[in-house]
Amino acid sequence: MAEYVLETKNLGISFGGLKAAQDVNLKIKKNQIYGLIGPNGAGKTTVFNMLTGVYKPTTGEIYLCGERIDGHGQEEINHKGIARTFQNIRLFNNMSVIRNVLVGLSNQPEYKCGLFTSMFRLPRHFKVEKAMRDRAKELLDIFGLLEERNNLACNLPYGKQRKLEIARALATNPKLLLLDEPAAGMNPQETAELMDTIRFVREHFDMTILLIEHDMSLVAGICEEITVLNFGQTLAHGSVEEVLHNSEVIRAYLGDD
Amino acid sequence: MSTLIDGLSLGSIYALIALGYTMVYGIAKMLNFAHGDIIMVGTYAILTTMALCGFPAVAIVMAVIVCTILGIVVEKVAYKPLRGASPLAVLITAIGVSYLLQSIAQLIYGAKPQPVTLINFGHVTFGSTTLNISTLVTLGVAAVIMAGLTVFIKKTKTGRAMLAVSEDRGAAELMGIPVNKVITLTFGIGSALAAAASVFYLLQIPATSPTVGSLPGIKAFTAAVIGGIGSIPGAMIGGILLGVIEKVCMSIPALNPYTTAIEFSLLIVILLVKPTGLLGKKRREKV
Repeated sequence: MAEYVLETKNLGISFGGLKAAQDVNLKIKKNQIYGLIGPNGAGKTTVFNMLTGVYKPTTGEIYLCGERIDGHGQEEINHKGIARTFQNIRLFNNMSVIRNVLVGLSNQPEYKCGLFTSMFRLPRHFKVEKAMRDRAKELLDIFGLLEERNNLACNLPYGKQRKLEIARALATNPKLLLLDEPAAGMNPQETAELMDTIRFVREHFDMTILLIEHDMSLVAGICEEITVLNFGQTLAHGSVEEVLHNSEVIRAYLGDD
Repeated sequence: MSTLIDGLSLGSIYALIALGYTMVYGIAKMLNFAHGDIIMVGTYAILTTMALCGFPAVAIVMAVIVCTILGIVVEKVAYKPLRGASPLAVLITAIGVSYLLQSIAQLIYGAKPQPVTLINFGHVTFGSTTLNISTLVTLGVAAVIMAGLTVFIKKTKTGRAMLAVSEDRGAAELMGIPVNKVITLTFGIGSALAAAASVFYLLQIPATSPTVGSLPGIKAFTAAVIGGIGSIPGAMIGGILLGVIEKVCMSIPALNPYTTAIEFSLLIVILLVKPTGLLGKKRREKV
């Protein structure tokens, strides 16, 4: 078993001449809640996009539980165990809540069921469908969404859409969960609730979580380790206390005086 | 009465073709203008098989196999390399594929229309109305195919994956959906439906030529847009609506010469009133 769930070595990408991220080194231990912060345009989402295979890094390596995964496609990386949510929520809006979760479940081998089997509706088709539905309901129940399972995803209130996105990501059975600004657009009370949800996910699913966030109360409240990016480079790294009192970090956020 | 049944039957042919347009548009976000020519290939597959062995059942199966494979090959060779290219480039490619298929057919079979006799069902008489049995068969089988497709999309894992890809391809990919496989499958299903349409087409008009697919293709595309492109029930409703209107117009002597004009005017009127088509989804931009 590798020491780190996620490890990146000198990860970098350039678009034309612009180095959107360079020399990003992350080491995330199992069960950690790790924060990736930085001012707007610092390259945080770019890092997420490299981790999930949306962008191919120009330099560096990515290891998931010791296995090198950079260069693989998005779908493959998801199968290997990284799932994410999005800064601007990207649910399947015109599908019901439960179907959103069912889509997430479909990558798993135990729910495999050939096209032939489902076309001719053989017994296995019904068995698999039932197992998937049961699992989906279980997940929805955990996030308090069971009542709304037949509503369209777009009709859920904002906070619940965020929860559904997390449930859908967890349905893909990841080893590492990436949350891109989970608290964006939430009021303080919703943020507090979200912090409980994230902690709960860590305990209940034995999950390792990497999150991007602007909301410092959330970061300070739940992250155990933080990396700060600025202009695509690592500005600081360490525990919450260390980082938030780092003078470079303060300057990056508030400017020179 | 018989006009209505004729219309429903023609409409179900349009609906089958329209489903191919709408599914490909929904999932690959492209207009596959070569879709009509897949029907043409289906008719020639039937012509050739009938000439070789003479069994209609074998000919029908051959048409489905040839069209499905052709649809998948066209997607792999012509459209897949353009994934992510501008929609205009893909559109032009589709038109190119359309002309390519027509020209190949013309090289092999010549430009002259050729008769194809598949099955002659004869007709039945109920009281004062006489109906072709082939019309009833078309209506029945098409209804079964469409019902089957609906169940497949709604109730199976693969169907859900297709819906997910049509909603948000990027998010679906990140949820572990094999997007390329889903797109290939969509082209396969669309082309198989086109093959079915070619069978029904030959039951109504037993002749084929290299451009035989053009007009039904355009009309089915119109039907898909009327119903709301990207929507599966929309394509079915649009197709049937168009078929019934066509047959009704043709049965009224005063309107007969204007049939096609009326059909396309209907398209304009519906788009003026409801720009997304009858069942089209509104595009909501979130700020």
